[in-house]
Amino acid sequence: MFDAKKIREDFPILKRKVNGKTLVYFDNAATTQKPVQVINAIRDYYENHNANIHRGVHQLSQEASQMYEDAHHVVGKLIGAKWDETIFTRNTTEGLNLVMYAWAMRKLKKGDEIISTVMEHHSNMVTWQFLKEMGIKLKFVGINDDGTLKMEDYDKLVTRSTKLITVVHASNVVGTINDVRKIGKIAHDNKALFVVDGAQSVPHMPVNVKKMDADFLAFSAHKMLGPTGMGALYGKRSLLQSMDPFMYGGDMIKQVTLEKSTWNDLPWKFEAGTPNICGGVAFAEAVKYLERLKMKNVRKHEEEITKYAMERMSEVDGLKIFGPGDYRNRGGVLSFNLGEIHPHDLATILDEFGVAVRSGQHCAAPLIHLLKAHATTRASFYVYNTKEEVDYFIDVLNKARKVFG
Amino acid sequence: MNIYQENVMDHYKNPRNFGKMKKPDVVSKDANMLCGDEIEIQVKIKNGKIDDIRFSGPGCAISRASGSMLSELVKGKKISDIKKIKDDDLIGMMGIELTPIRRKCALLSLRVLKNGLEKA
Repeated sequence: MFDAKKIREDFPILKRKVNGKTLVYFDNAATTQKPVQVINAIRDYYENHNANIHRGVHQLSQEASQMYEDAHHVVGKLIGAKWDETIFTRNTTEGLNLVMYAWAMRKLKKGDEIISTVMEHHSNMVTWQFLKEMGIKLKFVGINDDGTLKMEDYDKLVTRSTKLITVVHASNVVGTINDVRKIGKIAHDNKALFVVDGAQSVPHMPVNVKKMDADFLAFSAHKMLGPTGMGALYGKRSLLQSMDPFMYGGDMIKQVTLEKSTWNDLPWKFEAGTPNICGGVAFAEAVKYLERLKMKNVRKHEEEITKYAMERMSEVDGLKIFGPGDYRNRGGVLSFNLGEIHPHDLATILDEFGVAVRSGQHCAAPLIHLLKAHATTRASFYVYNTKEEVDYFIDVLNKARKVFG
Repeated sequence: MNIYQENVMDHYKNPRNFGKMKKPDVVSKDANMLCGDEIEIQVKIKNGKIDDIRFSGPGCAISRASGSMLSELVKGKKISDIKKIKDDDLIGMMGIELTPIRRKCALLSLRVLKNGLEKA
């Protein structure tokens, strides 16, 4: 049984007061809070197992190595991947940069084309702009008024020079869940790689790299109950094997002479230097927590909260929600504006009542401009949020409307 | 402390010197891109003093109120004196406590004005 009230008991921070009020944390698309199980895993690692990995023959080093390797199995399994196709990174941004530096920069040539979308977070837009210097063309699929992708744009944009198609699975601004199976098929029908930004999907719904046939999928631990500075990149084994490393140094080599080196096996070939061992262990603990809840239940809970929030928000005068009107086509991310109130003012008033939301452009400036907004306020939900919190949030929105009325 | 005090809300809802003028001597514009705040300031100069001033652009209550208060403060003042206005002078005038992030909203107008006067 999925019980958000019971889940809340695992999150110590939800008990704290902000400005004298009980915290209502609605900024989950930015980062989520951490359950005591993850906090304890970090403590346990440093208190009982800390050592460097893959070096020592001593007991602690063997334990740490095993825990870190096991973490790859746990995180990989969540998305239907093998452990050695699951590379640990710092975050989604680093995962996408790995694909850009270690695949695109080496394998693409002048005149080749990449297709992204206008819906992307800066991490899946700015990263590819860097390749323009090499004469690689970057094209963007547009959006409709309801925040869905103009799927027909793919017909117009795809050419024989298209070598990579990348898309955000779930938008961090308009919440849209994109049809990755369809886009993946378009990519592969045209012999292009398919790269998916899973930062806002992997934490919130069942995601399977085989079903969407992704060549690469990047996501972050901290948006799914895990620690910051930790993420993962899935890559198809054949691709990873055909690539040179992303970074060079220790732990990614098999044999070294003064002249040359041979690369280590996957995934270590892409994890140069001492990694965030504890972060990996804690990431796995976060994934285990979510798997106990079951991802389909996480999704169901967020659908319920989102549906309820959309209904209640539609009762507030002058409130406009961006993105798809049907909660079934969107993640638990609601970007909105309330009359003429600037999102910063709204977020400040909400904060005075203990409600944490994001305001601004959400690292997606081009998209915000397409929505004809200067900025938006964003409420985003997770496993511990309740309908009672939504009710309180609506009350504060109505208070804000009076202050600025 | 609530930052939406009466004087701030008054300047926000009824901003002084808001809009645009014909034939300004100086035009200066800048934005806090990540918030979506933009301010354009236009100035008419006479005998080394600000003769008239207008500001415009989308912004939050704090950035608009500070623009409004700043415009009243500098009208008729010598440019050399305006260059001496410190960040805390303007924030002190608003009479509210601001977090570091909201300070940027409050100080956008002063930065835009000073940048413009550098060119004058």
